[in-house]
Amino acid sequence: MKTAISVKDLFVSYHGSEALNNVSFTVNEGNLVGIIGPNGAGKSTLLKSLLNLISIDKGEVQILGKSIKEMRTKVAYVPQRSNIDWDFPITVIDTVLLGTYPNLGIFKRPKKSDKAWALECLEKVGIAEFRHRQIGELSGGQQQRVFLARALAQKPDMYFLDEPFVGVDVTSEETIITILKELRDIGKTVVVVHHDLSKASDYFNELILLNKELIEYGAVEKVFTPEVLGKAYSNHFPSMTAVEVKI
Amino acid sequence: MMNFIDALMQYGFLQKALITSIMVGIICGVIGCFIILRGMALMGDAISHAVLPGVAISYMLGINFFFGAVLTGVLTALGIGFISQNSRIKNDVSIGIMFTAAFASGIILITLMKSSTDLYHILFGNVLAVRPSEMWTTLFIGIFVLVSIYVFYKELLVSSFDSTMAAAYGLPTRVIHYFLMTLLTLVTVASLQTVGIILVVAMLITPASTAYLLTNRLWVMLYLSAGIGVLSSIIGLYLSFTYNLASGATIVLAATALFIVAFIFSPKQGLIWRWIRKFRKRESYAR
Repeated sequence: MKTAISVKDLFVSYHGSEALNNVSFTVNEGNLVGIIGPNGAGKSTLLKSLLNLISIDKGEVQILGKSIKEMRTKVAYVPQRSNIDWDFPITVIDTVLLGTYPNLGIFKRPKKSDKAWALECLEKVGIAEFRHRQIGELSGGQQQRVFLARALAQKPDMYFLDEPFVGVDVTSEETIITILKELRDIGKTVVVVHHDLSKASDYFNELILLNKELIEYGAVEKVFTPEVLGKAYSNHFPSMTAVEVKI
Repeated sequence: MMNFIDALMQYGFLQKALITSIMVGIICGVIGCFIILRGMALMGDAISHAVLPGVAISYMLGINFFFGAVLTGVLTALGIGFISQNSRIKNDVSIGIMFTAAFASGIILITLMKSSTDLYHILFGNVLAVRPSEMWTTLFIGIFVLVSIYVFYKELLVSSFDSTMAAAYGLPTRVIHYFLMTLLTLVTVASLQTVGIILVVAMLITPASTAYLLTNRLWVMLYLSAGIGVLSSIIGLYLSFTYNLASGATIVLAATALFIVAFIFSPKQGLIWRWIRKFRKRESYAR
């Protein structure tokens, strides 16, 4: 199996206070990986440093054996919903069409085939009927599906999603996780920042447990145990011992 | 009205004024869309004020004010970015610090030049006195700005809407920001004679906001905003000529009037429709 992501000795800080401390791990291709950990554990920071969206203090990140700068168009990023201006004058289908931009290069406009492909991606997430609506007119779950469709439109090798299930209805959540599992099964690598422990073991086959440093990484069965989770969450529930942390 | 049209046929100065203000209406409208969508209305105000010292220096050196204005405008944009990135000072505050400093230096430089009539025209515009060279400057700037926006439309769209995605796939978002600031400076320079430094921000944000209330597509918004800008310019020029009023003020008030119409009557966003929708909702609950 090929190495998809390799992180070596990663250190990241914000204004002098450390966000990630000596994180190293290697993810193989074809995995659906959840990044879990308490609030402020550096989950989104890890995702952003994988994408080189923030500057790192020390360490090395490789995507499919190359630096992220060479691989940017091969990686799709779905940001947190709160980072989007939902009043922006853009329709659903045009938002999905943005996904074709990375492969178009500068100066070139999307062609008819790109538009047809964008519509296909929108059909896949099941909201093609809303394609001419302004994005703010959709529900939270539908909006998240639009952004997944946009990622699909990019035809990347790797998907990075930041908290995709926050404020999302049950149908949308099921649609999204089904598609992510399908992507994994055809050999794509999917990394998801996730904060809801209750479904983590159903959704992912590998977990990265983070609390500023890497607590544990590996198959769900290995990471998702009370003992291991307790190591990351104990500070947040000082009254509990590791074993008492309910899953 | 007939008098205005007759005069337009007859007088070269009025034709030049009309051409200049139409171009200003178009480019302010187009660039203004990106300014308001990126939440940079204050930045628009700042850059327009920041060209003043550049204009003063250009007059002193006897060069076209275009060069000085672009220089101080872009330097101010860089300074604002530098302060907010290298301290805890928030962006709007660093904008306030830098542009008032630039504007104040401009006032002192112009006072040293001892020609206060120019200052009045730079601050408030006097489109009826536009010289051929200034008209050509405006036209060339206009063409450059419109071609730039056409060529980089895709990149401007994605970086305005979702700058994280743009950065994630490798667009140089910071370069795009400063490029837009440069275009903004150029537009301000082009608008100096028509609406003046103080009021150019209105031409940047008012027509664009009117268009924003009327459509859900960026490209439609760009065309609408340009059209509304042109309409405001023509109405304003007519009022300025007929009643001998400052052109900047009449053009801006024409733009404001159009905004109010859209604010009340816009099919989706307007006040009336909001009231009707609320009323219907209440009715449906009452049943």
